[in-house]
Amino acid sequence: MTISLVLIGLMVVLYACGIYLMLERSMTRVLLGFLLVGNATNLLILTMSGGYGAAPILVGGVESDDVSDPLPQALILTAIVITFGVSAFLMALIYRSWRLANEDVVYDDADDLAMRSRSIISEDETEEETVSDTEFGEEAEAAVTAISDSSDAPADVQGDGRDS
Amino acid sequence: MNALVPLVVLVPLLGAAATLILGRSPRIQQLVTIGALTAALGISLALLIIVDASGPLTMVVGGWEAPFGIVLIVDRLSALLLVVSAIVLLAVLLFSVGQGLADGDNETPVSIYNPTYLILATGVFNAFIAGDLFNLYVGFEILLVSSYVLITMGGTEPRIRAGTTYIVVSLVSSILFLASIAMIYGALGTVNIAQISVRVEEIPADVRLILHLMLLIAFGIKAAVFPLSFWLPDSYPTAPAPVTAVFAGLLTKVGVYAIIRTETIMFPLPELNTVLMVVALLTMVIGILGAVAQADIKRLLSFTLISHIGYMILGVALGTVAGLTAAIYYIVHHIVVQTTLFLAAGLIERQGGTTSINRLGGLLKAAPVIAVLFFIPALNLSGIPPFSGFIGKLGLFEASAQVATPMAYVLIGAGALVSLLTLYALARVWNMAFWRSADEVKDYDSTLLTELTEAPNGAVMTAKRTVPRLMTAATAGMVVVSLSLTVFGGLLYGIAARAGENLNGPTRYVEAVLPEEAR
Repeated sequence: MTISLVLIGLMVVLYACGIYLMLERSMTRVLLGFLLVGNATNLLILTMSGGYGAAPILVGGVESDDVSDPLPQALILTAIVITFGVSAFLMALIYRSWRLANEDVVYDDADDLAMRSRSIISEDETEEETVSDTEFGEEAEAAVTAISDSSDAPADVQGDGRDS
Repeated sequence: MNALVPLVVLVPLLGAAATLILGRSPRIQQLVTIGALTAALGISLALLIIVDASGPLTMVVGGWEAPFGIVLIVDRLSALLLVVSAIVLLAVLLFSVGQGLADGDNETPVSIYNPTYLILATGVFNAFIAGDLFNLYVGFEILLVSSYVLITMGGTEPRIRAGTTYIVVSLVSSILFLASIAMIYGALGTVNIAQISVRVEEIPADVRLILHLMLLIAFGIKAAVFPLSFWLPDSYPTAPAPVTAVFAGLLTKVGVYAIIRTETIMFPLPELNTVLMVVALLTMVIGILGAVAQADIKRLLSFTLISHIGYMILGVALGTVAGLTAAIYYIVHHIVVQTTLFLAAGLIERQGGTTSINRLGGLLKAAPVIAVLFFIPALNLSGIPPFSGFIGKLGLFEASAQVATPMAYVLIGAGALVSLLTLYALARVWNMAFWRSADEVKDYDSTLLTELTEAPNGAVMTAKRTVPRLMTAATAGMVVVSLSLTVFGGLLYGIAARAGENLNGPTRYVEAVLPEEAR
């Protein structure tokens, strides 16, 4: 049984990039990471089917060695469909999150933060803590204000004004 | 008789299709949903009776013989869980119908809620009868995708935020599960669960360990086992009350079910039992410590949910028939009781306008029925005799004592401690929300006032203070079911014992699925 080294290399790269992206706070990157990891897993299934290069069709006169295993390919097809559906849902979720908060960033849980600072009732403090926790950090703030100043709509208008 | 097996999946799925078509007429849609789930309950009951009398039923989809075709199998464990999930799904559906009738369907918009709910039921049922690892994956995906929709229902900001955590974690566990299926196929050349168990002894021990671990991690995330449980308390409490109730009751248990199948049929060797015991210990203790620190009832209940998953893992980790029996009984008990508690929390939220125990008070006087409906399952979960929690925990402790290793005794001690801490956490809720009078509540006006001024529909908040009868009735029904777990305890424990006996080694399962020459 021969295994394509290129496929394995590609799988490794896809897994590495995908996992790196999934660790980001921005949901769009998480989505991209999920797509990469999903495809890497599909490649893993394909690699596990053994040899490569042959069609999964058994026709008259073909030796069984010249046929590749059809089952993993069927599994991959199912997995692709599931990944497709889930990514569509994720995109809707990201869009909704963008419409609501003008951000697609994953926040720390407010209750966890409250628990950490041992103040369950004073929710105002935790509110501040979460909002300052964006992906940009302090140093990119100037650029963000510059962009939002230059654009026509003010930054806190819901949705559309922030596309620039 | 075998034709009943796929029906349990087909009926809710076709029901979902019908409800999608009937999107314009919500009342007919609700009737169809209730009808489909009632039918599914009837089929599950029939399956349980048949399977308990005459052994497992199998069905090979598409006519290809096992191990090539997709096998559906119902044994005693599957049938029992099918019945319990159908009961829970039906009760929660009635609860949400009651809520929808009273609120004008804002919280759970019927046209989306009902089809999604039925698809969730399809996924749960499919996972319970899958005889094929990939079919189990598909079952998981069906229930997960519909749970994504349900948990973000309404699309408000906190729900989107909570849903994001839930969805990303679920995606990771799904990918991990898929990757382990790929590895298992690579190592064993099959995804049929029975054939995996035949071939697993032929592969080197280290490869087997990796496959075993990968599957356990993937299922461990779904079952919310420590340290893979962090996502649960962040995501469950924000969803609508009925959704949280059904998630808490069923979704984690599907993960536990998959762990049982992994431990007893696919990888029956005791190589990871000690690891599982440690995990069970940590899940129990750390889960309940989280619950003790919480001030919000729903979050507190989410932590007790995690904590009590530990008991089930303990039963599985013991690796004996007695342990499995107790674990199976405990799963049934916990599905019913945890759902009931979340439904009761939903009633509390309706009555008091919040689930924070710092802001609730005087509920015993204001709503004595809700007080009873909360009190009984709370005692039940803490393991007070004669409730089913006591029977389940006693069974687990007995099974551990039979194993009689030092670790098993440590687990008995931890189990007893966790049971007491559960009682403490729930008694705190009882004292704060029900027992003390309303004027003892500090910051009562200030917090509520700000909430009322911030909420655009502040008038509706006060109008909501009446609890619809159907919601109370559904919760009361679940309390009755939880009590019947004690009344029919002997019968149920008998079924659980026979189910545990079936899982003693994979032979019975393999004989039921594979033809003679393929074993």
